[in-house]
Amino acid sequence: MSIIQVENLTKKFKKLTALSELNFEVQKGEIFGIIGPDGAGKSTLFNILATLTLPTSGTITVLDHDILKQYKQIRKEIGYLPGTFSLYPDLTVQENLTFFATMYGSGIKENLPMIMPIWRQISPFKNREAGKLSGGMKQKLALCCALIHRPKILLLDEPTTGVDPVSRKEFWDLLDKIREYQVTVVVSTPYMDEVGRCDRIALMQDGRFITVDTPESIIKNYKGDLYAIKTSQLFKLLDIMPQFQEKCSYYPYGEYFHISFYHDTKHAKNSFLQFLKQHEIEFEKMEHISPLLEDCFIEIIKEDRNV
Amino acid sequence: MYSIEVENLTKKFGHFTAVNNITFQVKKGEIFGFLGANGAGKTTAMKMMCGLLLPTSGKAKIAGFDLNAESKLIKQQIGYMSQRFSLYDDLTILENMKLFGVIYNIPRRILNDRIEEQLTELKMFEIKDLLVNEIPLGWKQRLAFATAMLHHPQIVFLDEPTSGVDPIVRREFWSLIYKAASQGITIFVTTHYMDEASYCERISIMAEGSVQLLGTPTELKQQMGVATIDDLFVKFVKR
Repeated sequence: MSIIQVENLTKKFKKLTALSELNFEVQKGEIFGIIGPDGAGKSTLFNILATLTLPTSGTITVLDHDILKQYKQIRKEIGYLPGTFSLYPDLTVQENLTFFATMYGSGIKENLPMIMPIWRQISPFKNREAGKLSGGMKQKLALCCALIHRPKILLLDEPTTGVDPVSRKEFWDLLDKIREYQVTVVVSTPYMDEVGRCDRIALMQDGRFITVDTPESIIKNYKGDLYAIKTSQLFKLLDIMPQFQEKCSYYPYGEYFHISFYHDTKHAKNSFLQFLKQHEIEFEKMEHISPLLEDCFIEIIKEDRNV
Repeated sequence: MYSIEVENLTKKFGHFTAVNNITFQVKKGEIFGFLGANGAGKTTAMKMMCGLLLPTSGKAKIAGFDLNAESKLIKQQIGYMSQRFSLYDDLTILENMKLFGVIYNIPRRILNDRIEEQLTELKMFEIKDLLVNEIPLGWKQRLAFATAMLHHPQIVFLDEPTSGVDPIVRREFWSLIYKAASQGITIFVTTHYMDEASYCERISIMAEGSVQLLGTPTELKQQMGVATIDDLFVKFVKR
């Protein structure tokens, strides 16, 4: 059952087209991830779904309500965590939570079990001003505040940007726990390693979704034959690669160098090995590997740019 | 030869010790990754190294100058770029470069040559009169990096330089970093992307104000018995 339906959504700001003909649906209970660089249009999309910005054209239904005519009903049933503002820094942790609960006319007590896994971590600081919490703690409090009225849909706009890897993992563990309460989550992130935890992912560039799929099928649809080598001369290798003649795609990947061949892999691989020898690049081994999501996204973005 | 020598550097704010007795050296032309959880003290440490904040105790030599006595001279020898602030959005590409050049007292004739050289290198010569807020983020970051090096600093401090760009742009940016390092410029970089930590020659991990781990990515992984830098970070912060 789809809980959000978006048809031909376009948003223009004067000359700039922020969103261009978007079409997608979000299913009840899923975690729908939107990944894309800054400026792709993620926040504009969230503002429209949260009924805070009007679309230029298109039809959008959230929980069977039309966003233009029935925005008041929608607002009662969603929780929204915007990228920038969401807490009152001069109120304490407890005061922030109470404020948000009261605003929605819901009691804290009956909904506390749902936010308990998160609240447990921040309640020791409940008398501290929200502005004095660490970045990770602020995010957790903001999540509690967005959830305290038990929304059916949770909209999270880059909840983990600028947060360190450990706090980011904790945040996603919490999202998994919230799922048990049948909350649908739409979440955006600039981090590739996070999106694998979504049920479906939309890859966004320049106001468009260039792909919408499950992590598994994105990986299954990877076209190239991918190899990884480990070399201490990574940057010498990158420097000489333009001289390599076979059709391929290559890039550094952490301590590895990834190279993907598209045609006649065996031949291309052999000429690559020869190329390495010719330029005296030493490496440990060359391994055939399955792509990770980041490999897939690199391929999809490159393809999109060439069209 | 060292570009950065930090010895027992400490910074206290009232009763709170933000940076606690850190000691390390960074070699000339090295790419040094400065990692740590939020609130570990990275920004405070970096501000001191840039001469923006005086230490409570300890000493440091940055680009050969004493941090406590010669912080003005240090500023001439370093470049700084962060994702949050580096360029003026309502100035053009050319105006931004000129402004930075004037701030750093680069003589006009030299400055014009350098700007032209950089714009050509960046492939931005044709669009030099566009406002910065009209160009894509990936271009802004490359421009910010070039601008931070206009005065030919010995060291460049990069504070999360690649936040918010796609994986291809991120890699393009790192190839610029490597180019600069190969020319002898020391790179001091913070990042939340753990794959980028692998591109550094050495990394340090800070927690609770102290540098707790320091070494090459390979050494540290062996030392902690983990397969990736990501695991290293998680294991380290959770212990």
